[in-house]
Amino acid sequence: MNGLAEREAARAQALARLTEAVPYNRHLAVRFDRLGDELTARLPFRDDLVGNPLLPALHGGVIGAFLEITALMQLAWDQALAAMDAGGDTAAEIAAGRFPPMPKTVDITVDYLRPGRPRESFARARVQKAGRRVAHLHVEAWQEERLRPIAMLRGNFLMQD
Amino acid sequence: MADREEDTLAAFIGAGGSFEDEGELLTALPHSREIGMRLHGAKDGVALLSIPYDERLVGDPETGVLHGGVITALLDTACGLAVMASRTRLTATATLDLRIDYMRPATRGSAVRARAECYRLTRSIGFARAVAFHEDPADPVASAAGAFILERPKEDAA
Repeated sequence: MNGLAEREAARAQALARLTEAVPYNRHLAVRFDRLGDELTARLPFRDDLVGNPLLPALHGGVIGAFLEITALMQLAWDQALAAMDAGGDTAAEIAAGRFPPMPKTVDITVDYLRPGRPRESFARARVQKAGRRVAHLHVEAWQEERLRPIAMLRGNFLMQD
Repeated sequence: MADREEDTLAAFIGAGGSFEDEGELLTALPHSREIGMRLHGAKDGVALLSIPYDERLVGDPETGVLHGGVITALLDTACGLAVMASRTRLTATATLDLRIDYMRPATRGSAVRARAECYRLTRSIGFARAVAFHEDPADPVASAAGAFILERPKEDAA
């Protein structure tokens, strides 16, 4: 039982460190909720995220960035989890706050389905293929209703050795 | 409401420009202003924008490279403004879809420029493409292609 609590504490600390390590995550104040191995990204609303002040709607670029952050963090988190589960030196690196190199975006396509309203947004990524070199992900963002997504991303990401 | 928006946009659309000048901070668009985006000109379906390097916008703490999301925001804005600056009366556009290819990481410490053009307008959709680069558009950091829904003035809609 004690081992499980320690493992949970180590995971919570690693996720917080990984999130904080990326300045742009901090800038947008993106946070991640963790349920099992699945992350839910949260983007709190702020006035400076608005693209068109007359609607007002979230900036398309912010929504695209939020989806891309979610994809990259899911991949980085999967790597970190695998390293922690492996134990030994790799787990010690994570415990010391050193993470594997961030994956790099190769290409993304974002479809904008509905205007982003001035309220909190959520996103979840699904890894469709985790190859050795390239990963393919789908990400959905929504606000008040999970089944009414505001935007969807699909993208390819290069894994770093 | 449409009139107000037209006024706001009119203030920074319609003037050609170049990357020789410092450009103007995009104050009419809150998020663009917040991340320091600058407009160098938007005329005849072409928009020139840039974003100065900013530590707050870094995506990879090891390399100090700007986050891909920042480039996405820049290219989305550039494409949208190129559509707005096309030779037709529009009150607004909204992004329908956007594809971005990342050719290489942005250089740490360097401003990123974007040149976008609206290459086709239909009754309700504008198609635009853009490149992001440092000095040479032929050596791009990223490229984008997107479709934008057009909002026309009510009196033109009939």
